[in-house]
Amino acid sequence: MASKDNKRRRTGLIFFPAFDWAISPSHPEREERLLYTQDQVFEEGLLDFDNIHEFKPGLATTADIDRIHICVPEARSVVTESHLISAGGAITAAQKVLSGEVDNAFALVRPPGHHAMRIVHGARGFCNVNIEAIMVEYIRKHYGPKRIAIVDTDCHHGDGTQDIYWHDPDTLCISIHQDGRTLYPGSGFPEEFGGPNALGMTINIPLPPRTSDEGFLYVLEEAIMPILAEYKPDLVINSAGQDNHYTDPITNMRFSAQGYARLNEILAPDIAVLEGGYSIEKALPYVNLGIILAMAGLDYSSVREPDYHAEALRQNDQITRHIETTVGQVMQLWKKRREIKKTLVGDARYVKRNKRVYYDTDGISEQQEETVRICDDCGGLVMIDSFADTGRRIFAVIVPGQSCPVCRQEGEAFFDRMEKGRYRHIYFQDRDRDIYIAK
Amino acid sequence: MILGIDVGGTHTDAVLIEGFKIRKKAKIPTDAAHLLNSLLQVATEILAGEDPGKLQRVVLSTTLSTNAIVQDKVERVGMVVAGGPGLSPELLPRIPHTFHVAGYVNHRGEIIAEIDREEIAAVGEKLRREGIGRLGIVGKFSTRNPAQEEQAAAILSKDFGHASLGHRMSGRLNFRRRIETAYLNSAVWDIHQRFVTDVLQFVRGQGIEAPIYILKADGGTFDLAGSADYPVQTILSGPAASIMGILGMTKYDDDAVALDIGGTTTDIAVFADGAPLLENLGVTIEGHKTLIRGLRTRSIGLGGDSAVRYEEGQLRVGPQREGPAAALGGPLPTVTDAMIVLKRTALGDENLAAAALAPLAERMGRSVADTAEIIFAEACGKIAGAVRSFVEEINNEPVYTIHEMLEGKVIAPKILHVMGGPALAMADPLGEMLACRPVIPPHSEVANAVGAALARTTAEVSILADTERRRLTIGEEGTQMEIPSRYTMAQAIAVGEEKLREKALAMGARKEDLEIEVVESQEFNMVRDMYMAGKNIRVKVQIKPGLISGFARGQSL
Ligand SMILES: [Zn+2]
Ligand SMILES: [Zn+2]
Repeated sequence: MASKDNKRRRTGLIFFPAFDWAISPSHPEREERLLYTQDQVFEEGLLDFDNIHEFKPGLATTADIDRIHICVPEARSVVTESHLISAGGAITAAQKVLSGEVDNAFALVRPPGHHAMRIVHGARGFCNVNIEAIMVEYIRKHYGPKRIAIVDTDCHHGDGTQDIYWHDPDTLCISIHQDGRTLYPGSGFPEEFGGPNALGMTINIPLPPRTSDEGFLYVLEEAIMPILAEYKPDLVINSAGQDNHYTDPITNMRFSAQGYARLNEILAPDIAVLEGGYSIEKALPYVNLGIILAMAGLDYSSVREPDYHAEALRQNDQITRHIETTVGQVMQLWKKRREIKKTLVGDARYVKRNKRVYYDTDGISEQQEETVRICDDCGGLVMIDSFADTGRRIFAVIVPGQSCPVCRQEGEAFFDRMEKGRYRHIYFQDRDRDIYIAK
Repeated sequence: MILGIDVGGTHTDAVLIEGFKIRKKAKIPTDAAHLLNSLLQVATEILAGEDPGKLQRVVLSTTLSTNAIVQDKVERVGMVVAGGPGLSPELLPRIPHTFHVAGYVNHRGEIIAEIDREEIAAVGEKLRREGIGRLGIVGKFSTRNPAQEEQAAAILSKDFGHASLGHRMSGRLNFRRRIETAYLNSAVWDIHQRFVTDVLQFVRGQGIEAPIYILKADGGTFDLAGSADYPVQTILSGPAASIMGILGMTKYDDDAVALDIGGTTTDIAVFADGAPLLENLGVTIEGHKTLIRGLRTRSIGLGGDSAVRYEEGQLRVGPQREGPAAALGGPLPTVTDAMIVLKRTALGDENLAAAALAPLAERMGRSVADTAEIIFAEACGKIAGAVRSFVEEINNEPVYTIHEMLEGKVIAPKILHVMGGPALAMADPLGEMLACRPVIPPHSEVANAVGAALARTTAEVSILADTERRRLTIGEEGTQMEIPSRYTMAQAIAVGEEKLREKALAMGARKEDLEIEVVESQEFNMVRDMYMAGKNIRVKVQIKPGLISGFARGQSL
């Protein structure tokens, strides 16, 4: 039980329900989404605890977005004020933690961001920009380079975050989610394991539908915690979706408020950022209460949904065995991550990958060819040729954070040489030097 | 003719106002052990030779219930608490004689678990055996559905004369504060009851027929006889009286700051467009966080008598007070001594003040005059710093809509009201530091009594209309009514205004003082399974603190 005072932590809460913003009136991302969460948080009097502090979110700037995204044609055209506040809320959470004002913080903000990829032609999975990634790069810019682990506990695969950090050896992205064969966005299998310069820095743990508390906590204790223990990140971020809940209308899992609280107690994230979760009355008030209490080190043992029924939610043995097998497979890959590079890359100097991205919220299709320079000294220079059915074709040259001199020089030279030709825009992004140029 | 009386911690003040003028003032030391005596004495004094028949209203402000709480001279209260799941009972306020019972209402006001009548009767029996005669009954989300609190009260009513029901304390959400508030209300119920009886007896004995009011923490008044059931509303009315006094004696509609600089502390209050700001949830007294509407004030440990020390190369001003100024026989140099040396006040013996500062000056390697200047600047600087951070805190308060985030009101004080002993000495430098026009209100020695005399009745009503459940709930009134599924925001506001009018009139408001404002109006589409299931409409209307009509701010008092 977490009721002992010595377990109390100072927890920051950045609560921004955006009561005047919706994707459309009946969309899951609508004004009502955090209304009952606010009722519950207020009624329980959480903000009166000495160790829980509420902060007003700041506003993110387009410079914060340009540090990590390539927005087409530019950042201002793909975001609304609500996105700047939601990303700003995540940044505020980071500021409060990194300045030592609080021990950990929860950005209970909307709209979410974890489906937003590096290139942004529009909105997908209710996300326009990736608020965790914007926060992570803000942290690196203002508080120095850091090894950061993002643990995505949303029910959907965090494909946007995965895409952004695919080549980054300093960002470990772990996503647990409902099996992509049964749910949007359809990706997130263990074989998706990171780019050639960052093998093992992407970890995917798909779970079968109807996984309950037992299964989630098994994965946490048998895979996520051991991996984190080995990686030793400076910061752990929970990309905290709440759509694994047994009442969520758009998913099929059986996670409970108690499970979410326990997960956050064990994971002990420095920063949690709200992602999805659309059971706005039956889950969110209780899940958020549990998470806040767990983060603050307060007793959450009495948190329970009104209709909670442990017996009815138990997962069957087949699911348990399935999860054990998946965890075994993931741990095998993790242990062999260094050896895999030799067999996978050989002596190639550049590696290409092609992908199609569908922006379901905006109905846009994009075709991408991404080229990465194989590098042992950094995440590697990345170049992306992207063509969307909006007619916009762009090219991006991206010098990674903690870049080696060779990758930077090649990137700069390439950008100088590039002619606009058939491209609408050519972008240059240098994270270390915080440079963003479009031509 | 209006009589205002403030029974404060040290002084009891009275004013008689007639024809927009202060006709008479009176001030006596408060007899802390017998507050009622002080009240009656000052009333007798100021009414001497007056025709009580000419009184139109009498308003009191008293520290009675505040003192009872601070000195822990309160009744024992049996608390019946139905919390359901959520925070563990360990994390709820620890009030003796608390019984956690079955029963649970959710955020929509739906009953999830029924109360157990036998369990509640058994609690009543236990409390009765322990000789506890007062009750607080509080349920989670009871402002969304008061039924369970009312059921429990009905079961216990025969054995307990009075029970404070949580939902009647405030329409705001906060279960822990609801528990504290109901507890305090019952804890001071007897002492307040006796006070009301005694005062009414005295007043009628004097032949006064005018309505008698008592001041609340929010700077509003309510009928004294009617206050008997909600005595907790009268706590911390002292600071409210002084802030209302400023409103009565000045004439500004700008953002402003008011300072009451005392011996040990300075109280800060903030006005937005001329109206004093209220606490978001409620006032805090002796560590009890409550839902009692109250004016938003901040107190810092710095005043005229703050002791001055020089330690480890550092000048320290306050927060302790070790006695009066050295110039007035105190043991240590104080801020007042510095002001005396600087001839900013003619309060005490200048030689004594200079002598007290001399050792400090020597250690600092400065002249006595320079030292006095440094101390004075430091004291003013501390007060100004506290004002700045208070205003900044208010401006940084979280908001929950994009509109408020981008367009919300930002308070930028232009006027600085300064009261208290050092007011004359400090007003100008503080005004300069804060870029405000300094104003010293007239009659500030009786500001509290003036504030009480002129304060109008305030009230608040919170409405939740849930068109899916076809139910409208008025939280603090315990009212629920059926509404059609096509109910609108305009209708909800109309009901709110109507109920507020009724409530205020019942509290003793005059018709001409019913200045109603809508402070919250939010409407949410409730979508279930992709279909519009209804609307969730939230409205809050209030009569905010202000002066009774006729007294346009600062008239010519
Ligand atoms: Zn999701
Ligand atoms: Zn490199």
